[in-house]
Amino acid sequence: MLAGLARQGVELPSACQAGACHTCLLRAESGDPGEDGRRGLKPTLAASGYFLACQARPVTDLRAAVAGPDVITPARVERRWWLGPRVLAVRVRPRQPVEFRPGQHVTLHRGNGIIRVYSIANRPGQARRDGLEFHVRVYPGGQMSEWLAGAAPGTGVGLGVPAGHCFYLPGQPAAPLLLAGTGTGIAPLLAIAADARAAGHRGPVTLLHGAAEPARLYLGEHTPPGLAGAGIRWRACVQSRGEDIAEAAADELAAQPDPAAARAYLCGGRGSVTRTKRALFLGGMSLASINADEFAPAAAS
Amino acid sequence: MVMTSDPRPLYDRLGGKPAVDAATEIFYRKVLADPVLSPYFDGVDMERQVAKQAAFLTMALGGPNHYTGKDLRAAHAHLPGIGDEHVDMVIGHLAQTLRELGVAEPDIKAAGAVATSVRDEVLGR
Ligand SMILES: Cc1cc2nc3c(=O)[nH]c(=O)nc-3n(C[C@H](O)[C@H](O)[C@H](O)COP(=O)(O)OP(=O)(O)OC[C@H]3O[C@@H](n4cnc5c(N)ncnc54)[C@H](O)[C@@H]3O)c2cc1C
Ligand code: FES
Repeated sequence: MLAGLARQGVELPSACQAGACHTCLLRAESGDPGEDGRRGLKPTLAASGYFLACQARPVTDLRAAVAGPDVITPARVERRWWLGPRVLAVRVRPRQPVEFRPGQHVTLHRGNGIIRVYSIANRPGQARRDGLEFHVRVYPGGQMSEWLAGAAPGTGVGLGVPAGHCFYLPGQPAAPLLLAGTGTGIAPLLAIAADARAAGHRGPVTLLHGAAEPARLYLGEHTPPGLAGAGIRWRACVQSRGEDIAEAAADELAAQPDPAAARAYLCGGRGSVTRTKRALFLGGMSLASINADEFAPAAAS
Repeated sequence: MVMTSDPRPLYDRLGGKPAVDAATEIFYRKVLADPVLSPYFDGVDMERQVAKQAAFLTMALGGPNHYTGKDLRAAHAHLPGIGDEHVDMVIGHLAQTLRELGVAEPDIKAAGAVATSVRDEVLGR
């Protein structure tokens, strides 16, 4: 449906075009958007007529509107500070609590129709106390990221409904967990690793942070203070030092006592996520045990 | 050992869909690890690829398949320079996969024959 509209000159906001990010969420006012567009949506959203334009194959004529105030929670930028070169931490306080699972992402709405997806870097308890935290890579001219870098505390933003499948599922407390993120892809993984330990996960937990150069390791070379004492192995992979995150992840997998039982979480740019997924699969993991979020750029404003 | 005296298709004797899904991952891993074949899979969506491979294995093992010659033609049309040697390698990985799963040689031969029967579609002839 997204592609069909684009051919007619109607550009809807989208990013992943794979049903994952929810940037293209629409609500049917009349007509049936079809089952495909509802797959993966929360049942309450689907029941209110919501669907994902990038997945939908409407079965009838359709009148649809962009996501409205019923699914966008008003929020305010509470604090923001630099974590490293061009990486901003942003805390956003919603007017009502927003339910999410650690590791999920949410759409951020500027008043002017600009929608971008960000993964939540903290956990629900922390988010209730401090606001939702995001780690945002600031791109020159970035419609959302550069704007956030200049947004004064108190600036209003909208928060969509959290979504995504990168979160910890209890049930195999001894399984090795491998979490590999490049750039700000490490943000949701911090939340997932902490959540796993809080849920009683006993198995080895390894976090890999990939960066182009040492200065981009915005959390440093070693386990960040927030995770120290949680028994989490930390490994920095810096491209300019010849360290490759896909190879490092495969090494870490091979070092596990039971690689076939491992579960993996991968976040960040498409290239590194794809290569890491492939390396872990070749290392013996089933694709079903690998959860990945690609930080795809937005396709249209 | 997967019994050959059982008259059902190999697909059912192996254990149906769950067994074939497991076999598909073993097969796909072999294909991806093959230095000649793996460049053809650069940048493809792995989940989608596994679904296609499962359809291929289902067909080769005599299961309920919805794979058509047209799909095969379309899926391989944009691949530069593929020829009989590539098809032979893929069939070799299929045979090795089945061997590892304890399938007997006559059944492996039969699966290879089905896979070979779609060679012209794959190579666009
Ligand atoms: C599921 C999901 C989760 C995400 N989570 C995060 C997150 O936690 N943190 C985070 O920082 N981002 C995340 N992103 C990416 C984010 O949604 C935006 O795409 C990104 O912040 C850029 O938006 P912008 O409006 O600032 O830039 P835009 O105005 O969209 O783009 C401005 C310019 O920046 C450059 N640019 C933008 N994106 C990229 C890119 N990915 N690679 C190279 N150049 C680029 C381009 O040259 C572009 O012309 C996520 C994306 C998805 C799909
Ligand atoms: S869900 Fe449709 S663009 Fe991401």
